[in-house]
Order: sequence, then structure tokens, then C-alpha cells
Amino acid sequence: MPNSMYIIQSSPHFKDRDSVPKIMYTVVIALLPAMLASLYFFRFRAVGLYVSCLVACLATEALFLWIRKKPIQSLGDGSAVITALLLAMILPPALSLELAVIGSVVAVAIGKQVFGGLGHNIFNPALVGRAFLQTAFPVAMTTWLPPATLSVDTATFATPLGNLKFQEAVAQGVLTPLKDLFWGNIGGCLGETSAIALLLGALLLLYKKTIDWRIPVGIILVLSAFTGAFWLANPDKYASPVFHVLAGGLLIGAFYMATDMVTSPITPKGTWIYALGIGLIVGLVRLFGGFPEGVMYSILFMNTFVPLLNRFFRPRILGERRAVS
Amino acid sequence: MRVKTFPHGIHPPEHKNPTAEKKLEILPPPEKVFIPLHQHFGSPAEPLIKKGEEVLVGQKIGEASSLFSASVHSSVSGKALSVDGHHHPLGKPVLTVAIANDGEDRLHPGLTGTDDPFSLNPDQIRQKVKESGIVGLGGAAFPTAVKITPPKDKPIDTVIINGCECEPILTADYRLMMEYPDDILKGAELVRIATGADRILVGIEDNKKKAFDLFEEKAAPDMIEVFLVKTKYPQGAEKNLIYALLGREVPRGGLPFDVGVVVQNVGTAKAIWDALKDGKPLYERALTVSGNGIKEPKNLIARIGTPFQAVTAFCGGLEEDVNTVVMGGPMMGLSQWSLEVPVIKGTSGILAWVAPKPAMEFSCIRCGRCIDHCPMGLVPTQLMKHVKYDQLSEAENWGVLDCVECGSCQYSCPAKIPLVHWIRLGKNQIMTLKRKKSA
Repeated sequence: MPNSMYIIQSSPHFKDRDSVPKIMYTVVIALLPAMLASLYFFRFRAVGLYVSCLVACLATEALFLWIRKKPIQSLGDGSAVITALLLAMILPPALSLELAVIGSVVAVAIGKQVFGGLGHNIFNPALVGRAFLQTAFPVAMTTWLPPATLSVDTATFATPLGNLKFQEAVAQGVLTPLKDLFWGNIGGCLGETSAIALLLGALLLLYKKTIDWRIPVGIILVLSAFTGAFWLANPDKYASPVFHVLAGGLLIGAFYMATDMVTSPITPKGTWIYALGIGLIVGLVRLFGGFPEGVMYSILFMNTFVPLLNRFFRPRILGERRAVS
Repeated sequence: MRVKTFPHGIHPPEHKNPTAEKKLEILPPPEKVFIPLHQHFGSPAEPLIKKGEEVLVGQKIGEASSLFSASVHSSVSGKALSVDGHHHPLGKPVLTVAIANDGEDRLHPGLTGTDDPFSLNPDQIRQKVKESGIVGLGGAAFPTAVKITPPKDKPIDTVIINGCECEPILTADYRLMMEYPDDILKGAELVRIATGADRILVGIEDNKKKAFDLFEEKAAPDMIEVFLVKTKYPQGAEKNLIYALLGREVPRGGLPFDVGVVVQNVGTAKAIWDALKDGKPLYERALTVSGNGIKEPKNLIARIGTPFQAVTAFCGGLEEDVNTVVMGGPMMGLSQWSLEVPVIKGTSGILAWVAPKPAMEFSCIRCGRCIDHCPMGLVPTQLMKHVKYDQLSEAENWGVLDCVECGSCQYSCPAKIPLVHWIRLGKNQIMTLKRKKSA
């Protein structure tokens, strides 16, 4: 018998250093500017929501890993942390902490674990949690707090998109200035208000190639084209495309939620279709729908098409005859 | 000049510096060689000698048993100790001729060359190549005589000499190009004559600029064109190199013949020249011994049949905590469980290192990196899933048989899924089923 034994493994023997946890924590780091912005604008409300979402998401994840007899180390993959942070960031700052916990449990349990955990879910978990809260507690989910930086005291504080939809803000001339949308000095969900903070993090994700650039670019282009067409036709009634891109959850959705690897298409062509669909539906909902904002539903809606897109838009194999259609 | 390349692929760390400037050294023939009768793609060779017989250097000891086979020659002179099963780098024991080296290196008298090989006709060249047991030295070890015999209905216009050496760590081809450029070009010319092509293209990765410059200087301008290709893995994969240089796509399931091309590795070209000019059969080859587990990394010319043990000993031995030994490059090489296996015709390198503990495997997160990097345009993650859940016909639909197992997908997979392993399993199962069906 040979006197030495070495490890036998299938090639390749070199592997890239990147890993699932590294990807996840890159996203967490990219979210930091927006989190800091939310802490600045919403103070203790933000702390409370982040903590309750984190605790609830991690606990639910741990519970399910235990039930499913999966290694508890999977808790460290960072996916539950991202779900928690993203969910907290798309909740209204005034939301009670119990509801945040309920949303978190739904997000991780129904949004992810029932499908088989990380990598198997169809819908973005954080959006599933929010969709559940939106349906079950519609009033709480549409009650907005002014940021701590604004000295207003009113029970009917509205988001820029709410103003646009229900107050005819353009015609009345009370549309939120772009400057405030850019810095985040507005009402809205916890982490979606500051465009600059979200874009800073997005730069990191694009630079690190953690997200597919096609998704945010596609969404923003399509939404701009759609809203821009109406704006050009009647600027006295419709808001500008820049307003639409900066307002509401578009940026956080386009850069951080639609780009979720698990729930977005794997092939370039499919990705373009997916981004196009999201941008178009957001535009339709905002301009003609019953809700002021449509990012959540548009992403969830397009999520359902991902398996189909993956099957349809298979890349061409080298040497394959171009399909004759 | 614009550097040519193919779409997708990866950029693994190169690690070529430890050996790139080390000249090829002759590895002293060991006391005993173990020459397997199956070192190539196809069926094993039939043994021609029995235990106890005297053999000479270059003497044929195994006869090609079919078209897809290659003869095997002795690499030392001495006495055959046994003809029996022995450890083989491909894993399974193989019928192997063990020879005790008498140290005299007596050449077989039948080894005759040709004064002017260029005067030979294609059939004579092919016959000599077949007699000399030459196989592709890039690693796949496909019988070269078959590769330079294009079917009548498929005219060949281009011979490509593959000097990419895209595998990290390996530098033996680079050394051959630096030290034997004339032999390689002459061998290429013989391939051109044998295949009836009208031009020769040489592809060299741009991390081997020196070799490119040398070839540009040596190459006859009217017949040979030398190209720099981008340093990107797997630039040297046949189909990708053809695409990079000619923009032609080998059809799915087809061969380079189908697009009028024959590709030969630089080492193979040199071996062809040696066989035709000096009558020297393929009984030694250039290889790189490197990796951080080797004390003195080197480029060697080693006799076929030399145990790995003797090769690594010549290179200062292994570092103490080495746990991985690989034959070939780090991307497509085969891991070895013992140093008792011999150098075979496909041994382009012997690498040793300390592998870290395997990283935890996660579920596929559908990041799509395997697709972004697959040089064949496949969807490795989908192939993996189909094979895993026994959906073999679906796997075939998705092109599992087109996979060249280059490992780009697995290299870039952040979930650390053994994609190539699953794909190999699927290919194997499908081929087994096909064989059963046709039988």
C-alpha cells in the first residue's frame, strides 16, 4: 500500500475567495449609510425598529434551522440580518414594535424558510413581511411620522408620494422639493427617505459587483421614460421623472430589493425583462393606481416570473445554432 | 495589435513566477519506471513484452489496440520486472510494465529518423506519429495520429498551435516555447502538411510576451501568424481558442475538424518533430513541478513512468504539511492520493500544496456567476440541480454534455457548490445510459 495519503477532491482546486456570507455582509455594509440616515431622521423610533426586526428575524431563522435539522452555523450567513434590516427600513417609523416583530416572523418563516431556506425562496422575504403587514394592518402601515429634523406637529403628515397622489401636489404647487428628497428630510419609511445615503451604498454594491447593474439601471430607465412621457405631456399635472426616481421606495427597491440574487433572474436577458417589468408597474401604480407607491408590489409581482424567465432566456451555448423562430 | 480572446472565462491567480524563468532540467531516469499501457484517451495498448525480457530505450512495449489508442514505449533500458496492475494517476489500477533501469540508456536500434521530414507525404507523417505513440500533451492525451487525420469530407484550412498554457502555476509549455521554438514551428509545419491546411496560427497568452516575441522573430511570415491572446482562463481550451483566433464556433458535439481546424499543443508539435526527425518515440515530456508544497519548484523533462516520488525528491521534496498532490494544473488537474503513481504522457505538472479546510457549502443563491463565467454558455447551477434530482434528460437538454469541465463555474461559485463534480456525474450517467441503449 502507498505510504502516504493525500486529500482527493474533484477539480478545480482553486476557488475564488468570495462566499455567500461575504456577499451578504457586503450588502449589510452598503446599507449602513441609509441606516445612519434613518437614525438621524427618526432617532429612537429607528433604534427600536432595527432591534426588534433583528431579534425577531434571527430568532425565527434559528428556530426554523432547528426544526429543519439544519446546521445552526447557517445563521451566520447574513441572509437573516439583511432581511431584518431591509424590513425595518421599509416600515413606517411610527409602527409599533409588536407589528415589526410580527412582520419579521412572517418575512423569515413564510417568506423564506417554508420554501427551504436561503436560495429557495421565490419572493423577497422582507417584502413578504411588509406585504403581510400592509394587508393586515393597513392603517398602521400608512401612518407617517415627520422626521425629527422637521419641527412639525401634525397627525396628518404625508409622504411626498402621498401628497402627489391625494393632494394634487403638482397642481397645488406643494410638491416636495427635490433637494429634500435627495437628502431625506421628508416623511416615509424608515430607511427609504435619504436618496444620497442609498446611492452611496449602491456605489459599493456596483463596484463590488455584488448586484447586477442591469436591474437598477433598467428599473430607473423605464420608470423615467414612463413618468417622463407624462410629465412632458402635462407638467402641470404630473411630477418629473427625477422626482419619481428619488421619491418613495424606488431607490431602496431598485438597488437593494429587486437585486436580491435569489429572487431575480440569472441570465442577462431575463434580468432586463424583469427590470423592465418592475419599472413599468411602479410607474403604472404611481400614476394610475389606488396606492401612492407601487415598488413593493411590482417587485413581488415580477419575482413570480423569475423561474419562467430563467427557463425562457437560457444563454446560447457555444456552437449552438441560433434559434430559428 | 489587438489581443484576441473569447467571451466569459475567469482570472484565477497565476502563480507562474516560481518557475517561469527556470530552464527545463533533465530529470535523471529513476532506478525503476512504471509505464502504464493506458495513458491516453481511448482503449489501452496491448503488452508486447513479458516479465524478465530485456528492453531498450524507445522500444515499443505496448501496441495500439485500436484506432483510438496509442502505442507505449520504454523510457529506459533494462529488464522488465513485471507486467501487472499498478497505481495510476487516473485513479484505477492499470496494466503497467515495471522496468529496472540498468542506467545505460541503450537506444533501440530501430529508432530511425528522416533527413528531410518535410519531404514526407501526409500518410507517412501520420504513420510515424502513430508509431511513436504521440498523444496530445496539453493534458487530454488524445491520440495525435487521429487528430491529424481529418475525414475526407472535412477540409482543413488552419492549424492552430496552442501556446496559451492558461492553467495557473504551469510553465512547462512556456519553457518549451522559449527553449525549442524551432522544433515547435517545424512540428507545426509537419502537422500542416499532414492535414493539408494552408496556414498555421500560433496563440500565446499575453502573460508570455517573451515567447510571443521569440515566435514572431522565428516564424516564417508567409505561412505562420503569431497572435497574442488575452491571459484568461480557459483561453487554451480548444473550442475557445478557435473562437478567439478565427471567430469560428465548433458546433455542439462536434470537433475542430467541423470548422476546418486542427489544434495542437506546443509540446505535441515538438514531439512530432522529434519523432519525424530523430525517430524518437514519446518516452519523455516536459512538466512543471510547483505549488507552495514543493521545496524547489522546477521545470523538468521527465521519463514517462518515473514515480512522482522520484520527481518530487529531485525538487527538494515536499513541505511537511502538504495534504494535496495534483497531476496537471490547479483548474483541471487530478488530485492524487499517493506519490507512487508514475508520470504519464498527460502529466503536464505535479503540484503540491496545503489545501485549506473546505469552506462550508451553501444552497445556490442564484447569483448567476457560474453563467457569467462559463466559456461554453451553459447554466451550471441548473445542470447541477437536474443531475442532483436525477433529471438526466433535462440535464442533457440544458447542454450538460457540452461542458468541458474547465471549472470556471466552481471557481467563481460563492456558495462553494461542487458544480463540476455534479456535472461530471451527470455526463457519466448519461453516457452509461447511451452505451446501454446502443448495446
